[in-house]
Amino acid sequence: MTTQTTVTPPLAAPALPSVLALGLSRAAVETRMFFREKDAVIFTFSFPIILLVLFGSIFAGELEGTGITVSQLYTAGLIGAGVMGAAFQHLGIGISVDREDGTLKRLAGTPMPRSAYFIGKLLSSLVVAVLEVVVLLAIGVLLYDLDLPDQASSWLTMAWVLTLGLAGAALLGIAVSSVPRSAKSAPAVITMPFVVLQFISGVFIPFTELPDWLINISSFFPLKWMCQGLRSVFLGDAGAALELTGSYELGKVALVLTAWVVGGLVLCLTTFRWKGRRDG
Amino acid sequence: MVDRAMVPCRPCAEDAGRMTTAIHVRGLAKRYGQTRAVDGLDLDIRRGEVFAILGPNGAGKSTTVEILEGYRKRDAGEVSVLGVDPGRATRQWRARLGIVLQTANDAAELTVRETVRHFAGYYPRPRDPDEVIEKVGLTEKAGTRIRKLSGGQRRRVDVALGVIGNPELLFLDEPTTGFDPEARRQFWDLIKGLAADGTTIVLTTHYLDEAEALAQRVAVIARGRIVAEGDPATLGGRASARAKVTWADGVVETDTPTRTVLELSRRYDGEVPGLAVTRPTLEDIYLTLIEAPK
Repeated sequence: MTTQTTVTPPLAAPALPSVLALGLSRAAVETRMFFREKDAVIFTFSFPIILLVLFGSIFAGELEGTGITVSQLYTAGLIGAGVMGAAFQHLGIGISVDREDGTLKRLAGTPMPRSAYFIGKLLSSLVVAVLEVVVLLAIGVLLYDLDLPDQASSWLTMAWVLTLGLAGAALLGIAVSSVPRSAKSAPAVITMPFVVLQFISGVFIPFTELPDWLINISSFFPLKWMCQGLRSVFLGDAGAALELTGSYELGKVALVLTAWVVGGLVLCLTTFRWKGRRDG
Repeated sequence: MVDRAMVPCRPCAEDAGRMTTAIHVRGLAKRYGQTRAVDGLDLDIRRGEVFAILGPNGAGKSTTVEILEGYRKRDAGEVSVLGVDPGRATRQWRARLGIVLQTANDAAELTVRETVRHFAGYYPRPRDPDEVIEKVGLTEKAGTRIRKLSGGQRRRVDVALGVIGNPELLFLDEPTTGFDPEARRQFWDLIKGLAADGTTIVLTTHYLDEAEALAQRVAVIARGRIVAEGDPATLGGRASARAKVTWADGVVETDTPTRTVLELSRRYDGEVPGLAVTRPTLEDIYLTLIEAPK
């Protein structure tokens, strides 16, 4: 490596655009692309909305001795599931597709810093998640007499539960995008475990109906804790009695969700592939 | 968005004489398991030239180019692209390259103008997006979503994105595969225009007529090495190879075709029926080169 025949150094190199500016620019482009792709919009948004309307209509009753309606319970659960869908499912499938259709390879060949791509993905899933929450809340309030929290502390709880939950689920989504063998198989590979997780995490079926071993499995994942945190917001103190431990365990919620943010980040950094399997 | 000047500027024009080498490769090697994909490859590409890399599938062509582009790590050898080791790619270095990959179906829901403008934002000194769109002949399609473009038009978007950063060096990987003949000719004019602007272009292709039409120099890769390199008109002894004179009643291979034609003309007392003088085509030479045993 001693014969250096080429002389180069660029003449006073002009400054490269900043990571933050490019991250925001990526977010704008990602969000625009998402909303233009009708299939993806319907796929991401409709699932929790349809389920909320369905379950809310079928189970119209009250939970014994609490004054809480079943549809209120579902609103809390489906907001959790909807946010996780906007992050985990949307990113997991979206990045698998990006890997296969050449987006990642093209971007890797430009001076765009790789972190800008992830900032763009995270911010676009934040936009989708916020919209999803607003729509689900509106349905809950208009159709099912859901009471919006009247205390600032409840809104605060909702904000940190959703922020931590979204961040963890998004990082998990980025990590899981490397699992499907192709973009075609991505929706199946990523949606299936997500649906299972919803069933065992108390979104549709109360924990009291689940066997211990399933509860143990779901307690490992973030969705259970997100839903638990959201129930504390929407069902209030009266609903705490319905929890397995008789309490919403907000401290534990914060701990587990934070652990998932850290773990998800580590998983992304160690497993993310910029190349498709066929690219070698 | 940060306010940056979107003025096209010729890279290092006043300094061109000092920097004559764009790509310098010595002893490049890369293996996949037991297969030696690239096996001791040497290559020199000068600044400002259009250089074509030819070779059959599996010869090590794509691996070599991807190492030069910084997509792949090499096992051994010395590589310098614009004076930088692509194994240690930085954003600064990437800003000086343009890469047009083989196939891509990304950004389908954005319009041509949105996409080109967005990519311009990645570079410190981009060209003007509207000028680039005009240069690749897509001004009328600027407001159309990429999903709705034809294959040839999509390829033009790829080229637009490859040159938007005002690169000193442009890689084109099989740019016209799947084009109809007319689209290919138009595409060649586009590439010739870029070369005339002083952009160094490294082209890989399966089409020998494409290499002949565009490149000042070509290299043929076979079995992980360069087996021939030079002007496409003289590659592999093409210009000095024996000419073949054919006419209605016979065929002769000769070093002196002019004399043969004169004799024939005398023999037929004027026009020689069905006269043709041919030398090996680039394709003939190429096929000999890639089949030759080690």
